[in-house]
Amino acid sequence: MYEEIFAKYSADKENLIAILHDVQNNHPQHYVSPEAINRVSEYLRIPVSHIQGVLTFYTMYSTRPRGKYIIRLCESPPCFLRGSESILAKLKQLLGVKLEGTTSDGLFTLELCACLGVCGNAPVMMINDELYGDLTEEKVVAVIKKLTGGEA
Amino acid sequence: MNFYRLQVLIGIDPSSLQAGAREIENTFQLEIARHKLQDEVNLLETGSLGYFGTGVAIMIYPGQITYVNLKKEDVPEIVTEHFLKGKPVKRLMLGQAFTSGYNFNYRRRIVLENSGLINPENIREYLGRGGYESWEKALLEMKPVQIVDIVKNSGLRGRGGAGFPTGLKWSFTQPLTVPQKYFVINADEGEPGTFKDRLIMEGDPHKLLEGLMISSYAVGATKAYIYIRGEYRLCINRLQKAIDQARELGLLGSNIFGTGFDLDIEIKIGAGAYVCGEETALIESMEGNRGQPRSKPPFPGVKGAWQKPTVVNNVETIANIPSIISHGADWFRSYGTESCPGTKVFTILGDVYMPGLCEVDMGTSLRTLIEEYGGGIRDDKKFKGALLGGAAGVFLSEKLLDVKMDFNSLKEYGAVLGSGAILVMNEDADMVDMLYAVIRFFRHESCGKCIPCSKGTQKLYRIISRIRYGEGSEEDLVSMIRLAQAMNISSFCALGQSLLMPIRSVIDNFRDEFLQKMDKKYKFSREAS
Repeated sequence: MYEEIFAKYSADKENLIAILHDVQNNHPQHYVSPEAINRVSEYLRIPVSHIQGVLTFYTMYSTRPRGKYIIRLCESPPCFLRGSESILAKLKQLLGVKLEGTTSDGLFTLELCACLGVCGNAPVMMINDELYGDLTEEKVVAVIKKLTGGEA
Repeated sequence: MNFYRLQVLIGIDPSSLQAGAREIENTFQLEIARHKLQDEVNLLETGSLGYFGTGVAIMIYPGQITYVNLKKEDVPEIVTEHFLKGKPVKRLMLGQAFTSGYNFNYRRRIVLENSGLINPENIREYLGRGGYESWEKALLEMKPVQIVDIVKNSGLRGRGGAGFPTGLKWSFTQPLTVPQKYFVINADEGEPGTFKDRLIMEGDPHKLLEGLMISSYAVGATKAYIYIRGEYRLCINRLQKAIDQARELGLLGSNIFGTGFDLDIEIKIGAGAYVCGEETALIESMEGNRGQPRSKPPFPGVKGAWQKPTVVNNVETIANIPSIISHGADWFRSYGTESCPGTKVFTILGDVYMPGLCEVDMGTSLRTLIEEYGGGIRDDKKFKGALLGGAAGVFLSEKLLDVKMDFNSLKEYGAVLGSGAILVMNEDADMVDMLYAVIRFFRHESCGKCIPCSKGTQKLYRIISRIRYGEGSEEDLVSMIRLAQAMNISSFCALGQSLLMPIRSVIDNFRDEFLQKMDKKYKFSREAS
């Protein structure tokens, strides 16, 4: 996997952010593992500390294993105004996890994020690359049910 | 080439995709084929049609008939009734009651003139609308200095929020004689409530590219970057496609049009950090570092990316450039106001009937925007306030509904235009909660480089949480403003500096609401419930 990703980018520091995206997306648990950090460090000839710094700075990266579906609920003012807090409560109750937590079956990880730029449909959440807008508690239940069912 | 009797445009953007636009599109294709209409009806993908909360929408030419909230089951009816018999399906048309007073305003558009009309993934459609003629004109007939002068004379000001004159910015970098300069497009649109840049890039990516080519030539940059936030997948894909198409036609590359000018454009992807909208933080991020701002001076125009002169401009600013070059500075000045010429793209959202975007002349009043373009306050409630310009914006009360929306007029009231987001709140909105959401956002996005901002946002968060739970006191309001003032003076970049605006404006305009929450009775009622 690493060779294929590295082949797409020259060994320059400016490609670090793109490489980390690719590494994370290709990991089954959607995170940047300690092994990955070492491999990227060797390829780009950048200290591990620098990569750790970058990883923890940006919210899209994770250094902990995550579920198959990453739920990112927008918590910015426009979604907040249209009721994102009750959606968050519903999600927590449905999944039985805290923020940043992963369900025991390894299916879902619940996260918050800043504005996704789809505020016309607030409140909004993103599950992996898919957007779900105009959320209501019923809609959230249906979405989670559908994703859970698809796995069984 | 076929001449089609009907052109059917289907808006493809995140809003419609999540409502099932692909499925509707496929059903249309099947139905059109079933009735053997493929030589008469042309089904095209375009960017957002500008409606939100209306599910999948299509627009049909001639007639500009719009259908909204389409379901798969509706498709056969539209095909047999409208496409075959020529009778529009009234049931599904954008309702009259919904759109009374709604103003589409296609004539006064500059930046969005092609959005929702052309297929953004096909360069030939852009060429057919006069695209890349300005690039040819600029490169073959004009000197870089001339372009900078035209942009200066046009009075174009940066649309990212601060409103700095674009021509002036370029004139710092243009005369420098160094082997390498860069031009960077700031498409890290993170300001909550703002999505104008996304819609420009999704609806008409070539417009941004053409503007970027002209701008790079004007300042002498041979390498240009578009820094897009990682969440905007559709933008990234469409822009990459557009860049590939332009390169194929020789509009990019080396020795363009035989002039000896080389230019290449590359996309850089962000990873989720609001502070990267600040130009020096953006440059740090492009270089593969943590996106923390740099000390200014030296300004990026002199020492930017990899210590080379770098001009950073917002998407909307640069999307204005092709039209300015083709029509001239005086034409541009016929739009907008004396001090702020041109148009502005606004995103209207919150408690309105038609959340969405619109492009209007600078100086249009807030009332017009909310009533004509936003369709008025949802559910016949009363207007309470609006948050202008995203989180780093200001709260306005009803008193300022008739204020003109341009950089200078708003400044008179201590407000800012910012990125053009208008979050409308009705009588039910809780202003304490709103300020809480704003401060929480800043606390999360503070980058940690300087103490005033990183500690200040945390302290503010503690105070506002206290007030929210009914445990605040009037002194808390004073200390919030004083703390925000201190941050305004001492923070390293605009992130920490700008928090003063929302805090001061919301306390000035809605003080009573804050005091209400400090009432002992409020606390008891909360505990009882």
